[in-house]
Amino acid sequence: MIYFTLFLEFFKVGAFSFGGGAAMLPMLEQMVEHHGWMTQEQLYNFVGVSESTPGPIAVNLSTYIGTILGGPFGALCATTGVVLPSFLIILIVAKAYRQFKENQYIGNALDMLKPVIVGLLGCATISIAANIFSGFDIQRFAGGLLTAQNGISFFVIICAGIFTIKKMHPIAIILACSGIGALLGYVILG
Amino acid sequence: MDEQLKKKGKVQDLFLTFLRIGAFTFGGGYAMIPLIHREMVDQKKWITEDEMMDMVAISESTPGPIAINAATFVGAHVAGKKGAVAATAGVCIPSFLIMLGLSYVLSAFESLRIVQYAFIGIRASVLVLIFFAWLGMLQQMKRSVINWILLITTVVAVEFFSVNPVAVILISFFLGIVHTLIWSGKKVKK
Repeated sequence: MIYFTLFLEFFKVGAFSFGGGAAMLPMLEQMVEHHGWMTQEQLYNFVGVSESTPGPIAVNLSTYIGTILGGPFGALCATTGVVLPSFLIILIVAKAYRQFKENQYIGNALDMLKPVIVGLLGCATISIAANIFSGFDIQRFAGGLLTAQNGISFFVIICAGIFTIKKMHPIAIILACSGIGALLGYVILG
Repeated sequence: MDEQLKKKGKVQDLFLTFLRIGAFTFGGGYAMIPLIHREMVDQKKWITEDEMMDMVAISESTPGPIAINAATFVGAHVAGKKGAVAATAGVCIPSFLIMLGLSYVLSAFESLRIVQYAFIGIRASVLVLIFFAWLGMLQQMKRSVINWILLITTVVAVEFFSVNPVAVILISFFLGIVHTLIWSGKKVKK
């Protein structure tokens, strides 16, 4: 039953992602791999689109994946799933947030969680890099050869790095990079 | 009776305000915080500066998308459960509709070669954006031996031993509580 599975999987993502989606990506990677829903590449495409459309990124991503897998109702199930844990937890916390904030156990446990979240975001970075350069061959590279696709990726990464250092807006960066990718692909790969 | 009418008006107002915020903020939860501040603290004066700061702290330290946490918190604070539903639904609906439409458009054009090239660029830019987000988090992290151990253990466990990220989060949260229990006699700092 795809609808129930979508709801449940996104409920888990919503319930365990701390710090605004940083922990979300490794969870999503495991989710789509476990169910064989889509390739890692498709997932990263979705992440790119979700970051450059308005609204909460988690909602964008869950709606997008839900629609692809189960149409409008699938989107509804996935989005409800990702939103519900937050909603319920905040409803409880909002009533007693001073106690929550000053609770020593929760405070320390959250401190302990910070480096783990940094680690999880590191994992996401490694996974995406590994995926982008999956056809990368060190011997060919040493011989001065790079597959055309790796070459394009490499060039775009350098451009995106420069854009980021120049403090361009993330959406402008994604849009510019999609343009560069399309142009180079068209010119080099035809 | 008058009180009830006022509350109803607030619920509607919350819905419309968060609908606008959801439709016009790019870049997820963090980008929404200044907008919520302007609408709720400066203009409507429904929450105070202090409450706003608490709201941000709570949104960051509870699981789930920051945008959803913030909307639910503000809604609950201003007009109770109904307010929470109104604000959360408001912030989600624009995203949901936009992504629903966009996913059909994109899946229709996905097989076009030029779109695939554009996605090579998008994936590369996503890698760079996530890498810099990671760098930012790393700079904010307190540099202690235990934090580095937790970070590296997380990366090794998830990336090389395919440990479920949810398990890593639960274990470190539990460790944080145990840590407090053991050291509670010796005054835990912060």
